[in-house]
Amino acid sequence: MSDTVFVQLLDLACGALLLTAVLILWRRELTVIIRVFAIQGLALAVLVAVLAAHERSAELGAVAAGIAVLRAGALPYLLRRALAGHGEVRRETRPLVNVASSLLAAAILTMLAYAVSQPLIALAPSPATQAIPVGLTVALIGFFVLVTRRRALSQLVGFLLMDNGITTVGFLTTAGTGLAVELGVSLDVLLVVLVLQILTTRMRETFGDADLDELRELRDS
Amino acid sequence: MTTLLLLAPIAAPLLGALLYLGARWRPATRWASATGAALMLGAASTLAVDVATAGPRTALGGLLRADALTAFMLVVIGAVGLLATAATPAYLRAEIDAGRANPRTATRHSVLVQLFLAAMALAVLAANLGVLWVAVEATTIVTAFLVGQRRTRHAVEAAWKYVVICSTGIALALLGTFLLNYAAQHAPGTPGLDLAALTQHAAGLDPGVTRIAIALLIIGFGTKAGLAPLHAWLPDAHSQAPAPVSALMSGVLLAVAFYAVLRVKVIADVVLGTGFARALLLVMALVSVLLAASLLLAQRDYKRMLAYSSIEHLALVAFGAAVGGPLAYAAILLHILGHGLVKGVLFLAAGRILQTEATSRIDAVRGLAARQPLIAGCLGLGVLALIGLPPFSAFASELGIARTGFAGGLGWATAAVLAVVVVIAAALLGHTSRMLLGTAREGPGAAPAPRPIPATLGLTLVTGLIASAALGLTAGPLATLLHLAADTLTGMS
Repeated sequence: MSDTVFVQLLDLACGALLLTAVLILWRRELTVIIRVFAIQGLALAVLVAVLAAHERSAELGAVAAGIAVLRAGALPYLLRRALAGHGEVRRETRPLVNVASSLLAAAILTMLAYAVSQPLIALAPSPATQAIPVGLTVALIGFFVLVTRRRALSQLVGFLLMDNGITTVGFLTTAGTGLAVELGVSLDVLLVVLVLQILTTRMRETFGDADLDELRELRDS
Repeated sequence: MTTLLLLAPIAAPLLGALLYLGARWRPATRWASATGAALMLGAASTLAVDVATAGPRTALGGLLRADALTAFMLVVIGAVGLLATAATPAYLRAEIDAGRANPRTATRHSVLVQLFLAAMALAVLAANLGVLWVAVEATTIVTAFLVGQRRTRHAVEAAWKYVVICSTGIALALLGTFLLNYAAQHAPGTPGLDLAALTQHAAGLDPGVTRIAIALLIIGFGTKAGLAPLHAWLPDAHSQAPAPVSALMSGVLLAVAFYAVLRVKVIADVVLGTGFARALLLVMALVSVLLAASLLLAQRDYKRMLAYSSIEHLALVAFGAAVGGPLAYAAILLHILGHGLVKGVLFLAAGRILQTEATSRIDAVRGLAARQPLIAGCLGLGVLALIGLPPFSAFASELGIARTGFAGGLGWATAAVLAVVVVIAAALLGHTSRMLLGTAREGPGAAPAPRPIPATLGLTLVTGLIASAALGLTAGPLATLLHLAADTLTGMS
């Protein structure tokens, strides 16, 4: 693969990552959010595949395939299954921050990510490290979604968005984190989602709904 | 032989988990978990002697590594683990009798607790920061179901908060790990994520990247250690989890997470000078201790009271780490062990009070000293130990932290922390004396008739208190280990 094609494909994948993150922040319908999340997982897999082709690493290629299965297949499937039990309520009805302000926040977070990543790019300038701010932005937007949404499922998507961003940074900074750690991380995300899915089910059994507004009993006042 | 010694603390609880999976929880297997913890403590003691005489050991191709600090943490995990698992049969028996549990949930409880112990042992034995991260996150996953075990509205809510906040915090630590790895790749010697190699080659790491990485790692693992700003999961999870699990979470899980902070700080001190990690830890410690004090003053729930006290004690440990230096490190390690033992005793006693009085409200428990003298005595002595009265070990360790704080140029911060600690001590004494003294409520809705305390629980509580007092009088053979571990943290060995 020539260098120009590599850079173009890399930028394309990163653009898709950023766009899907903003779309998740923008849309309210949970079904749409899950679909966009699946597309983002695919974009992440493509990014890793491009890096694999560039470095001619079969191991990284296998990791890309694994990411596609986990983040574009298994996780969206689990989210959809959690949603199936939701019944009527399929919208994030009362986020703490409205859509316009959320998008503005996304812009500020992007600038923050670019400012913070300057030393990271300066350490080893290359097309891959130039894209680090995109990964950081996705992680920051994920954190923002996590703290401003109230539905259990939206919070879960926020956590996963953050994880996608962190994984992106991981692959862009270096491909050699070690297969064992990568495997541990992926397994961990899957387990966290499974745990939270079981908890949402239990929450629905005990409360009748998975609205986190109901989760306000444990506090000190 | 070395391999076996390093593997034993992980393998013993794993075998215990397998045993419970196969044979289930029944009278014959009741003591298996305590046996596993005892084996762990035995292996930890042997390992301590070994590393004290022959230096650090590695096994499994460098995946596991034990130095004095590792051995000390394993002793803490083993000791508090033994305390909690020895009290578990009596706890589960009472839960089953009350209809809140059945043999199936008891089996699941036992399996998860064993996995929890194994994950904590792996975390302190891991030679690689990545493996350490995976082990700390694994503790979140296995304990999530323990926190939500009672399946009530409150328990499920606490479990949800616990998983979401801790996973988020630990995700920040993951980002920090990636960035540290990135810095390591471009440093001479390419140390990767191996902690010993990172410390050795730290001088070559890029300061700009390392600064971001260290901040993320300290905040991330600090979350799991119950430090502000992401401490909100702690009071909920500790108050809702079953008593033996609260004892383990408060006594060792927080300490294991803080162990990760300590390991990272060694690297930070070389790359960025001691100022950076000190400033970060100082802010987190001061905010945490103030927060704990303000929420303790008007606390109405005794399990939450103990949980906030854990935030305070971890804040003291973080403060000691910010001070730095061999004496401060020895003091915080002693504090970790002393806090683990006493908090274990207190959570187990609180669990028994919850079972007999059926309420976790402070004002609903009156005149405990008259009705259940042994439990009341253990609770009272435990609180005295917690606020740092001699002869208990918290006195020695808090004195050590304060002295090194004044000597280390942090006089104003030390004075402020000490003032808050006094306020907290007053609050704890006030709340506890209301529970222990006075006369019981009369008439309808009065507390149920007292039941005799199970002998094993009484023995466990008294043993824990005696151990804490003995530790306060003399660290004995642990003294050598403490000083070696402190030297590891200052980068001297």
